[in-house]
Amino acid sequence: MKPRGDGAMGRWGDGATRKKGHSSLLTPRSSMIYLLLLTGSVSMLLPFLWMVSTALKQADKVMAFPPQWIPSPVVWRNFIEGWGTLPFNLYLKNTCIITGTVILGVLLTSSLAGYSFSRLRWKGRDVLFIITLATMMLPAQVTMIPVYLMFRNLGWLNTFKPLTIGAWLGGGAFNIFLMRQFMLTIPLELEDAARIDGCTSFGIYRRVMLPLVKPCLAVIAIFTFIGTWNDFMGPLIYLTTPDKLTLALGLQFFQGHYGVTLHYLMAVSLIVMAPCLILFFLAQKYFISGIALTGIKG
Amino acid sequence: MSKLRKRETIEGWAFIAPLLVGLVFFTAGPVLASLVISFCKYDIFSAPRFVGGRNYAELMTDPLFWQSLKVTAIYSFVSVPMGLGLGLAVAILMNQKVRGIAAFRTIYYLPAVVSGVAVALLWMWIFDPSYGLGNVVLRSLHLPGSQWLTSPKTSLLSLILMSFWGIGGGMVIYLAGLQSVPQHLYEAADLDGAGVLQKFRHVTIPMLTPVIFYNLIMGIIGSFQVFTQAFVMTNGGPVNSTLFYVLYLFRQAFNYYHMGYASAMAWVLFAIILGLTLVVFKSSAFWVYYEGERR
Repeated sequence: MKPRGDGAMGRWGDGATRKKGHSSLLTPRSSMIYLLLLTGSVSMLLPFLWMVSTALKQADKVMAFPPQWIPSPVVWRNFIEGWGTLPFNLYLKNTCIITGTVILGVLLTSSLAGYSFSRLRWKGRDVLFIITLATMMLPAQVTMIPVYLMFRNLGWLNTFKPLTIGAWLGGGAFNIFLMRQFMLTIPLELEDAARIDGCTSFGIYRRVMLPLVKPCLAVIAIFTFIGTWNDFMGPLIYLTTPDKLTLALGLQFFQGHYGVTLHYLMAVSLIVMAPCLILFFLAQKYFISGIALTGIKG
Repeated sequence: MSKLRKRETIEGWAFIAPLLVGLVFFTAGPVLASLVISFCKYDIFSAPRFVGGRNYAELMTDPLFWQSLKVTAIYSFVSVPMGLGLGLAVAILMNQKVRGIAAFRTIYYLPAVVSGVAVALLWMWIFDPSYGLGNVVLRSLHLPGSQWLTSPKTSLLSLILMSFWGIGGGMVIYLAGLQSVPQHLYEAADLDGAGVLQKFRHVTIPMLTPVIFYNLIMGIIGSFQVFTQAFVMTNGGPVNSTLFYVLYLFRQAFNYYHMGYASAMAWVLFAIILGLTLVVFKSSAFWVYYEGERR
């Protein structure tokens, strides 16, 4: 497999369309395309609109039929009141601590491993790399139970450690793979110059490599953020007392909470989704290059 | 070994030291332990007791095991191929040269960046039989409403439908593939007088097969590990119609503390995923085309 670096980065935009220029808006063919595009867009956006609409409704308007798409009155208070029903600020704090710790660990250890696999020459390197890749085939359920028992014996249940330590021990085979592929695209000459100047491998990693692989670090950070922020099964297994809940667990708890109505539920769900959506809008090019980076073709 | 070479070896191992610890304590060790536990009865409160292959034998006669396998298989065999087809169709649409296409790409990808409990709660509300969006849409098209998650006939289908909301994830991978098909292949086909459909059939599809292959493998693996939706939205019901495999495994492990039984289930799951992946890999020789590969 060969990496496809940033060649694909600009493709999100109209890159492909620039060559031949835009076709007119009015041909039968393009009208057909627009019709399909709009139909699809409606089905993609409707659930979001439904959610926003419900979140802004007055309690007695939620179940109106036919539904009121534009709420009247618009109740912005729902966000504050829904958020205040349970200690969501605490859940937010817990989620931020876990997500932050995981991202740091993943970035550090996956780039260290990626550097070693792509640049340093040592016996057993390629075998270990293959083994690392092979672990991707292993469903998490196989190791879940012994790992749980291990944390139980260590007395780590109901702490954040079981949810974060894995990130500091390699950061996941897929991320290591991405790091290695990306580092392989960086010219050797840059390193040789530093080595001649007497730089150690760690110095090269820190001063030469890390600044050059920033796009790859960004991609990994983004996908790790989304995965950890939304993780449900891990916290469900390991966190048990109300003061340790994450947003995902809190939401699930909120759903069964006495007297919680849909407009609150949608308002809080929307707040929980918001960071992922905002991140997507801010970092669209990294999302796309991340997908191209996987180098799935060839 | 030269001094430099020796230093590089030491450095090489030092850099992967965290990974090595992880591989030993979070993969290799637990894999072995899991295999051993799967041959034991173990409720975590008393010492494990070796029972040979009894957990596996019990699985074979456990109707809920078969039910969970059936539910998961149906979900996988319906949602994965349909998701692949839809994703490809949308990607082709996204590859059209029309104004404003970038905005459309953003819209189609948007649902793929959200996941987890919040999405599950949103879809529970959409699937509400009385006031949900699903029936609002059906009624506005003058179609009869559905019971969605509340009927065993439609619950699994509803979850499959919900999975299509996230096809944007597969779509962008196809799109990257479509855009890397060399233009000269289409030009050559034009010279040979190929029509739109022929070009699609004989240029686009063959060039996309590696991407389809990748999406297929990832889709199969993902579909066999569905958990959050089932846990949050239906908890396996009604009448076990959405009892996904991993949900049942989770119950065995963390509700009933049948650690041995759950471990056996995990190994069966591993075997199934491995088996399906191998079949797809073997078959790939017949339908996946790699550029630059010698035959």
